[in-house]
Amino acid sequence: MATPHGRSCFQYLFHLAQDNLDFRLPEIKSLLALTGKPFQPSGNFKEKAPFWCLDGLCEEDVRGIMARSVCAKSAFELWGHGQTHSELRTSLLKYPSENMSPFMHKESTYRINVYTFNKTLEFTDRIKRIDALEYLPFEGTVSLKSPQHIFCLLEDYGTEPNNIPEHPLYIYFGRWIADGQRELIRSHSVKNRHFIGNTSMDAGLSFLMANHAKVKENDLVFDPFVGTGSLLVACSHFGSYVCGIDIDYNTIHGRGRSSRTNQKWRGPDENIRANLRQYGTEKMYLDVMVSDASKSVWRDAALFDAIITDPPYGIRESTRRTGSHKDITKPADGIYGESHVPVSQAYNLSDIFTDLLNFSAHHLVMGGRLVYWLPVYSPEYKEEMVPLHPCLQLISNCEQTLSSHTSRRLITMEKIKEPEEFDRLADPSFSPYQGHNAFREKYFNSLNKRCGKEENKSDINGE
Amino acid sequence: MKLLTHNMLTSHVKGVMKGYPLLIKATEVKVNEVEFNPQFVSRMIPKLEWNALVQAAEELGHRQDLPGELVSDYEKDEEFLKKVHRALLEVEVIEGCLQCPESGREFPISRGIPNMLLNEDEV
Repeated sequence: MATPHGRSCFQYLFHLAQDNLDFRLPEIKSLLALTGKPFQPSGNFKEKAPFWCLDGLCEEDVRGIMARSVCAKSAFELWGHGQTHSELRTSLLKYPSENMSPFMHKESTYRINVYTFNKTLEFTDRIKRIDALEYLPFEGTVSLKSPQHIFCLLEDYGTEPNNIPEHPLYIYFGRWIADGQRELIRSHSVKNRHFIGNTSMDAGLSFLMANHAKVKENDLVFDPFVGTGSLLVACSHFGSYVCGIDIDYNTIHGRGRSSRTNQKWRGPDENIRANLRQYGTEKMYLDVMVSDASKSVWRDAALFDAIITDPPYGIRESTRRTGSHKDITKPADGIYGESHVPVSQAYNLSDIFTDLLNFSAHHLVMGGRLVYWLPVYSPEYKEEMVPLHPCLQLISNCEQTLSSHTSRRLITMEKIKEPEEFDRLADPSFSPYQGHNAFREKYFNSLNKRCGKEENKSDINGE
Repeated sequence: MKLLTHNMLTSHVKGVMKGYPLLIKATEVKVNEVEFNPQFVSRMIPKLEWNALVQAAEELGHRQDLPGELVSDYEKDEEFLKKVHRALLEVEVIEGCLQCPESGREFPISRGIPNMLLNEDEV
């Protein structure tokens, strides 16, 4: 399609899904950063609203964002807007005709959609809305099935489902550019995935994490707590080469009990590689290993473009690392049999994060991103609890509520300088995460208090 | 285990000073075809320890004509990139072990997956 010159001064309207509200702005900002474009919201920007207008972009930028976003539903070249239909009309009539004509000439085919947010319109009302646009110089032919151009009238009835106004609060009209990648949430659903575990990351959040991490084609991405590889699936979809480690031998080898209700044991080919194969990205698979994230096996170099992970918090997966507190009784000949399983010991949450940040500072390329989940006991959460590192800049911190007392925060950091000897974590004692089970105890205690099941407390705390 | 991974791994046995590169003792090696991507190979080359890659490919009998020295202007040399691609991504150790060059500690590889866990007395 011919793109007339000077199109970068256009305004684009983004329609965003009204879930994971906290995660949308960092996602769009990250995707903009990938194209090297700044985030320039127009006039009355409201982060929690379903519609955003952005300036300073060209159509190609918008297509690039929509090819990645799982938060944005659709994007439009904005032709006019207003609080009432008459304001919209005034605005549309002011829109330069040379910007409209390439899409409205005699040979073109088109369709007009009517979209209402927080209200359902009757079919006849939709037709009325379209007929009312007769002042626009459409010269082409209507084609409902395969139009060359799709236009959309969008009416915003606010975000209160119990208080829907009679008239829309705001109205937009524009030319449809592209849809986002919401479809990935269904197509990559964990329900239909070959190999899953108890804590497999939801598809939508996995893609969100990959976007926050700014992963791109030909990147090298690493997950130090890889589990069943959900994050690798998402990153490989965006063209990154992926690898991961996990301390759990059975998970890495795809052995042991199945996490599905109707299946007792995992099948012969249930593993991360098969998951990538299922989605056609096996060529992006490098390796997974049985290894302990607290004992780095990587040579000292900036190897990874992104580190993206969901560390265990001890709620559904235990936090373990190799080592023992006990006196070790070594076999007389000093050689362990092949079946020897190393003793593991508690891995404090504070140490997990200290290790993860230090590891990232050393092994990320400059500008590379670390994206991970931090569990939080909400009543005591303070921003100062988020671990910092002199080499890593905090980019975003988004909350996902898990229960009335707990949530987890998606933390995104970017490497801004190479570590020097003294660049260890400033304060490695994030008080809330120090005791091995501190978060776990609070998590379960709050649940128990709510359910009035204090008698279960001893069971849960007993390790 | 692919040789790209091997190239990035080092021994982490306590007290070892020179744990790189790990020696490969393979009993089963497979060559799996992987789609050639010159951009990715070009991006990885500056991150590689070239000698370690050549040595590893040699140990597995899959060096073929991979040159001992990194060629200049490799981004444009598709033939060369294809050789690197094959060594990095297509040659896979299925069974065998990795050995720490200093301590002699072996890390088993089974079904293509290295087990890098140390025992409780080694950490």
